[in-house]
Amino acid sequence: MNDDELLRALAQATAETGQMVVWSALLTLLLGLPLGVLLVATDRGGLVPAPAARAVLGGVVNVGRSLPFIVLMVAILPFTRLVTGTTIGTVAAIVPLTLGAVPFYARLVETALREVDRAVVEAAQAMGAGRTRIVARVLLPEALPGLVAGLTVTVVALIGYSAMAGAIGGGGLGDLAIRYGYQRFDTTVMVITVVLLVAVVQIVQSLGDLVARRLSHR
Amino acid sequence: MIQLSSVRKVYGNGVVALDGVDLDVRAGEIHGVLGRSGAGKSTLLRCVNLLERPTGGTVTVDGRELTALGQAELRRARRGIGMIHQHFALLSSRTVAGNVAFPLEVAGVPRRERARRVGELLELVDLTGKASAYPAQLSGGQKQRVGIARALAARPKVLLSDEATSALDPATTQSILALLGRLNAELGLTILLITHEMHVIKAACDSVSIMTDGRIAETGPVAGLVARPGSLLTREIFPLPEPAPPGSVTVTFAGRADEPIMSTLVRAFDVDVNILGGSLEELAGVPMGRLRVRIGGERSAEALAYLRKRGLLLDEAAPAGAALLGEGRP
Repeated sequence: MNDDELLRALAQATAETGQMVVWSALLTLLLGLPLGVLLVATDRGGLVPAPAARAVLGGVVNVGRSLPFIVLMVAILPFTRLVTGTTIGTVAAIVPLTLGAVPFYARLVETALREVDRAVVEAAQAMGAGRTRIVARVLLPEALPGLVAGLTVTVVALIGYSAMAGAIGGGGLGDLAIRYGYQRFDTTVMVITVVLLVAVVQIVQSLGDLVARRLSHR
Repeated sequence: MIQLSSVRKVYGNGVVALDGVDLDVRAGEIHGVLGRSGAGKSTLLRCVNLLERPTGGTVTVDGRELTALGQAELRRARRGIGMIHQHFALLSSRTVAGNVAFPLEVAGVPRRERARRVGELLELVDLTGKASAYPAQLSGGQKQRVGIARALAARPKVLLSDEATSALDPATTQSILALLGRLNAELGLTILLITHEMHVIKAACDSVSIMTDGRIAETGPVAGLVARPGSLLTREIFPLPEPAPPGSVTVTFAGRADEPIMSTLVRAFDVDVNILGGSLEELAGVPMGRLRVRIGGERSAEALAYLRKRGLLLDEAAPAGAALLGEGRP
């Protein structure tokens, strides 16, 4: 590859990675947050104790968490086709990325919500607040720094997973590194993609830390 | 104002936290529940606003039987019962003003009205300058003041205090208790507080209940209980070494500690009075206490009869060797 081609390939790969990560992160937030809230609320002594439902939810989350991403990705190919109409490409990659990250983030949400002082929830109950208000106005705002920190960790994990999505033609920086850097022994491409990936992860993590710190008034 | 009738609470693991508690707190009084940790006083308090649902019995607050209400009605009824907590239980993500506004949001008070009421409440608890501070920036006493302002926001008639001063230093405790006393007097607020600290009862309460093992062992006005023979409260407020040494007499003064009764005794009956120990102080403006003495001399029996006649409570320890000889007291 000449410099021009290299630059274009890098730009495209970065855009693909960004597309995969941003979309799957948004979907993960949308699905993982309620799932995490349900995990806490249905627990014994929670807002809506429901041990059976909680056991099922916990089981589903654990199955999701125990599958290696590359296996999950291949195993759900029929589902991916059902949702996106295809099994290859960046859009198709968003499906397994989201499914892999949702249980991961749900557990982090669960942990963050458990950090909220029980006495504060009780105080809200004593004031006559209902469950919905307690979740929306007490649990989530109080856990916000933890929820942001959890999302940061999830996004970093998604950047890692997205490299594997290259295996189903998802494209992105990981794919570029494997095709050029590994299979064609193009050390320059390899070094550049590695540096890019490290830089992106650093930026995401620092940004996440900063936001979490700003939100925390403890 | 608050009536508990044969309230029982048995936890899932079989622990009996409340074993048939009856309690009657009159409107406008400060009632203290004193007990060691594990006596069930925290469960008792949480049963009043049904944070803990009793296994049996009824809870009535301001004429409404809470134990008979459905979820939605109970939530509405809870707005008429304020609560303050040992560790303040403030929302760390909200400012002082935001915390105080929370119960108003729950009650559906419009924003403008909320802001006005928050200002009023912060003035009431002397925190006007702290409206936009976060709880983490406040001292313990200030946090509890926010807790009190928040508890009063929805204009409750009843305030429940769950060890509200236990995490505070003595000086701050006094100022919080003084604030509660002022709110009681100015707003006619009925206060039910639980504590394991005797001085809280002494400093703030009109009446008191003593809890042991999930039951109320004693209940009544503070001064009235001290005047009652064998009162647990008397022993707690005016501690003397137990057991009393053989042959000693423990005299309880309830409102008579300012009379020179001992010197009268010495002059009138020509006895020797040896003071072994004593604990005296003013309670609700009335001097009270316990004095442990040994009375010697020929006319000591007469002297004791005189003390009884003056309305003092006497508790005589058996003379040395009495138990051994199988003899009762003279």
